[in-house]
Amino acid sequence: MFFTRAGQLAARRVADEVVILRAHDSSLFVLNPVASALWEAADGRTSLDTVVRDVICQDFDVDPETARRDASELVAALEAEGLLRTSEEPMTAADPVAHEGRPA
Amino acid sequence: MQTRATVVVDVGNVPVALSTGDPALADVLQRRFHRFLSPSAPPAFDFDISVIPEDEEDGDRDEDLQVRCENGLWHLRRGDFRAEWDPGARRGWIRQRLSPYAADSVLRIVHTLLLSREHGFLLHASSVVRNGRAFLFTGPSGAGKTTIARLAPDDAVVLTDEISYVRRVGGRYVAFGTPFAGEFSDAGEPICAPIAALFGLAWAADPVRDRLTEGAAVRILMRNMLFFAADPGLTGQLLDTACDFAGAVPAFRLAFAPDARVWSGIE
Repeated sequence: MFFTRAGQLAARRVADEVVILRAHDSSLFVLNPVASALWEAADGRTSLDTVVRDVICQDFDVDPETARRDASELVAALEAEGLLRTSEEPMTAADPVAHEGRPA
Repeated sequence: MQTRATVVVDVGNVPVALSTGDPALADVLQRRFHRFLSPSAPPAFDFDISVIPEDEEDGDRDEDLQVRCENGLWHLRRGDFRAEWDPGARRGWIRQRLSPYAADSVLRIVHTLLLSREHGFLLHASSVVRNGRAFLFTGPSGAGKTTIARLAPDDAVVLTDEISYVRRVGGRYVAFGTPFAGEFSDAGEPICAPIAALFGLAWAADPVRDRLTEGAAVRILMRNMLFFAADPGLTGQLLDTACDFAGAVPAFRLAFAPDARVWSGIE
């Protein structure tokens, strides 16, 4: 599975969390560190399995099977909230998300 | 010949002149903003105010607030007032009922829009200064904002018990006093101080003070900031400011009972 960020969102990293503002209803989401890592890896071209292997299992103390299961659930939850899009095929590019990172 | 009265209201070092030919409204404004009057300050903006006679119908008095911007001109309307503000020309007008609340609301909106451009915001929060440092207490109605301000030690100064004014000055966040009070509360004091901490309030029999993550602080800020315009650009700026504030000012969850001893855990 491939996944990318949805449009119409503003996202910022604050410390080890990502904060996302959904434009159409001003809902605010604060992602925990694991979800934040998934969010930042969501480029539409890297598979979820690769992200789990190269990012989640490297940066967090978790076994591959648990990481794979939890990551799938997280992606589904974020897709249900309209924050991510998924596809069985690679996507051309992640939608642009305005103003990533801490403001100057 | 009709005489006009002008009241210059200085909040956050931004003087705004409110001029009216209605003596009763001038008196209402003087009393509403008495601690924040700055007659000699050159106003940053001028508003001309006229009063809608009580016997004149002018739309639905219960109409909700609407704020929109067209070609740089802000249009504000609510059941008890209509207003326009041209920031470029530094002037505007208000047509309102005889009460302090319409001009008060227009000032809140004007300050909110101005602050959004300079790392600032109005927050549903009480703020109290003690030993030269400001402490902000935020939460929805009933969370205890007014209560905790009233429990402050005698040497503390209340900047506001309802709407806090926050702006980044010289690299740090500063809280300013505001006259923006509820129907049953009083204006704050017109002083300012650097912000030492933000507290998200909750009630509890046993006091609890927990440090919040920056993300949790952003969530509390965004939930309690005043903002009136459905403008994606301004909303993004507000998010930038909330993130910046959360990285600069420690934030805590404070659960408390109405007891003055709560202040021993604040500083």
